Amino acid sequence: MTMEKQAGSADNQVEKLMTGTQAVAQAVRLADVDVTSAYPIRPYDGVMQAVAKLIADGDLDAEYIVAEGEHSQFEICKHASAVGSRVFVGSSGVGWMYAMESNAVTPSLRLPVVAMIGNRALDDPGAFGVEHNDALCVRDLGWQLNWVENAQECFDATLMAYRVGEDPRVSFPIGIGVDGAFITHSQTIIKIPDQELVDEFLPPYDLGNRLLHPDNPISIAPQANEDWVMEIRKQTDDAAHRVKDVIWEAHNDFKRIFGRGGDNPFFEEYMTEDADYVLFGMGSLALPTKVMVRRLRDRGEKVGFVRLKWFRPFPDEELTEILTRFKAIGVVDRDYSYGSPGQGGVVFNDLRAALYNAEVRPKIINFIGGLGGRELTPEMMDDMADTTRRAAAGEDVPMVRWIGVRE
Amino acid sequence: MTTGREAGDTIPADQDTQQGHTSTEVREEAKSVEFTYRGIFQKTLAANLCKHVVMAARKREWLGTTIQRYSDSPERNGIPAKQFAVIAPDTETLEGHMAKYEPNELDVISCLDDTMADGIESWAWYGRQPINVRLRRGGTLLVISNRPKEELLRIIPQKPWDWTLAILSGTPSLAGLWVYRDDGTDMRVLGAIASTRPDIFEMSEIEAVVRDDDALGDDYIAALKSGHDEVQTHEISAGEGAPDTYEPVKLPGYKEMREAIIVPAVKVGEKNPNYRTSSDRTMRPVVNFDTCIKCRQCWIDCPDECFDITDEELHPINYSYCTGCGICAQVCPVEDCIVMVNDLEFVEEGDKDMFPLWQNDKESYHEWRDGKIEKGRIQHHDYFNADTWAWAGSGQAENTPDRNDSTARNS
Repeated sequence: MTMEKQAGSADNQVEKLMTGTQAVAQAVRLADVDVTSAYPIRPYDGVMQAVAKLIADGDLDAEYIVAEGEHSQFEICKHASAVGSRVFVGSSGVGWMYAMESNAVTPSLRLPVVAMIGNRALDDPGAFGVEHNDALCVRDLGWQLNWVENAQECFDATLMAYRVGEDPRVSFPIGIGVDGAFITHSQTIIKIPDQELVDEFLPPYDLGNRLLHPDNPISIAPQANEDWVMEIRKQTDDAAHRVKDVIWEAHNDFKRIFGRGGDNPFFEEYMTEDADYVLFGMGSLALPTKVMVRRLRDRGEKVGFVRLKWFRPFPDEELTEILTRFKAIGVVDRDYSYGSPGQGGVVFNDLRAALYNAEVRPKIINFIGGLGGRELTPEMMDDMADTTRRAAAGEDVPMVRWIGVRE
Repeated sequence: MTTGREAGDTIPADQDTQQGHTSTEVREEAKSVEFTYRGIFQKTLAANLCKHVVMAARKREWLGTTIQRYSDSPERNGIPAKQFAVIAPDTETLEGHMAKYEPNELDVISCLDDTMADGIESWAWYGRQPINVRLRRGGTLLVISNRPKEELLRIIPQKPWDWTLAILSGTPSLAGLWVYRDDGTDMRVLGAIASTRPDIFEMSEIEAVVRDDDALGDDYIAALKSGHDEVQTHEISAGEGAPDTYEPVKLPGYKEMREAIIVPAVKVGEKNPNYRTSSDRTMRPVVNFDTCIKCRQCWIDCPDECFDITDEELHPINYSYCTGCGICAQVCPVEDCIVMVNDLEFVEEGDKDMFPLWQNDKESYHEWRDGKIEKGRIQHHDYFNADTWAWAGSGQAENTPDRNDSTARNS
């Protein structure tokens, strides 16, 4: 590659200009993935091209299996994971939905499949832009889900996914939500560490006595009836309780080894100190939001922004701790949930539930926007911030409002 | 989202840093460069160009991002598309230009195929927009073309402010999905940008980037210099150029739209006015109705059902639906009965049906047709076999390293 500038001899990381999907592929290379399966759908397909290129160039030694559809694609990786292979898979929109039967059982089998979900509207209408409803469809099933802001986080989150997902206390599949087009198809300069650093962070994949192998005779997922299922669900639930602690450990190691990652693994606080009210959301909408928060701060507004990184596990205690000091929170959902409480978005209602038992509850309002890849502009953020400001001041504002839709 | 003529003018004149400064003094704000290209055929070319703009900016310790958007989403063969590079002095300035499909103002627009210079409809629902719709005050439109300024200004719409037209001689460099046509075009365009807009990057900066790259040898430096030295610039005044007839499309509100994702269609035999083509066409067929043997191969094989059938069983072409794919010319069994001609030869005709001319005055029709063919006949090998390294001396193509094996340049 052309651009190999030493970012600092101490941290052994090089700078490269990459799209979000190429950044994920670099993490796949350094994680030394054993098996990947691919089936094209935009905007995920950038990563399958990038991984194929790494294999073709001899930079990654992995099985690359082109499936005949997403259902097989995810099944292949699920099974490969069971026999001890570190796997990488991914999809977008309705492709991810076509794999849903496999997706639904992977957490119960406790297989740490890592998937990049290039967020895309669920056709119909045939569309390619970002919407978070595709990945959110697995939110109740045991998939651990995070959302990234830029190409650097694509890389970082992928390494974190292997570390957290494969931890024996967790052993869950992890989905990395990458906003279609805005992150998957735009290039920025990222830092990539060398193999030695990555090896320090990421131990080899070891299923232990759950490895499906003739020398370890086990049978996975026999038929069960009402005498068994509930106990199996409770085991999965116990594991779900352990994920946050493992994320904290991994986060601390990540920061120590790579020198980045922020104060806390679950969310990013932006200009929240002394803020009266904040906007709250996931993914690339952070960019126009931060632009507008800076402008509003220049105008003397006490506004901030909180970007949620991990949606599952939902960091309810941690969010309660920081959010209850604000008077109002404006949740920006790049998703919809028809008929939900208050007819609000998915993140909105999860956040409301998380804060319900707090002694002091801020006003929480909701904005639904950016669907199907529509741009969320700083001007829209200005509008949303202003409504949130009025809510903080005790004014009566609509609880849920669609932003940027043509009437 | 600004979609119309107001785009390119969101910076008031009194705040516009182009005014009263030489270009190299203007570095305090983000700079945006667009590459307008033919989908798939020039995708890797556009990606290479964007990448190099950002890397050249790094030589000044600036940051950058590239944005690609599949226009006809997903990108298809020949459909006009755009990729962008935005560079900025710091992260915060750059952030304001991210998570967007396209910049509001373009400092430089590079049109990599002059058959798009009359405008493109890359955003699908916005109609055919002027090629320079978002070109800012004092911006530069760079066109690869062998046509003179006067001819290009017949099709490039005017702006309400002064701008610069830069012309780099050459034919469009077209490739395919899995190959990159490594003919030096990327380097020549970069050299031309360095020459006309050193505020984006200086020649020394882009040269340093190329020298850093082990895959790029001296030929590429020569190509850079060729673009730098050969580009011709013309200062264009406000109001100079073709009339700007673009009308921004008004999209309906959700209460006006039919429910359940339903749009009107047409009855059998009718043509859907929503599915007209325009800017994806680089060449068009012209027919000799006198040598036609009425075999109907063109009518059968046309993927867009452009061919009508007359009472005499002839097949006039409805150009409003023709993408210029050339299949009709390939399947026609009669030599020179259907000939593909560069679409820029039809600025005056537009999509007009010329069959009535043949019916009324065969001599005039043949005079018209022969003239078009003489001037603009497209031979397949004109595009795909020409040795465009020729500008740098003979035999360059054989001596240059093979960059086709790098998917980084194809993805």
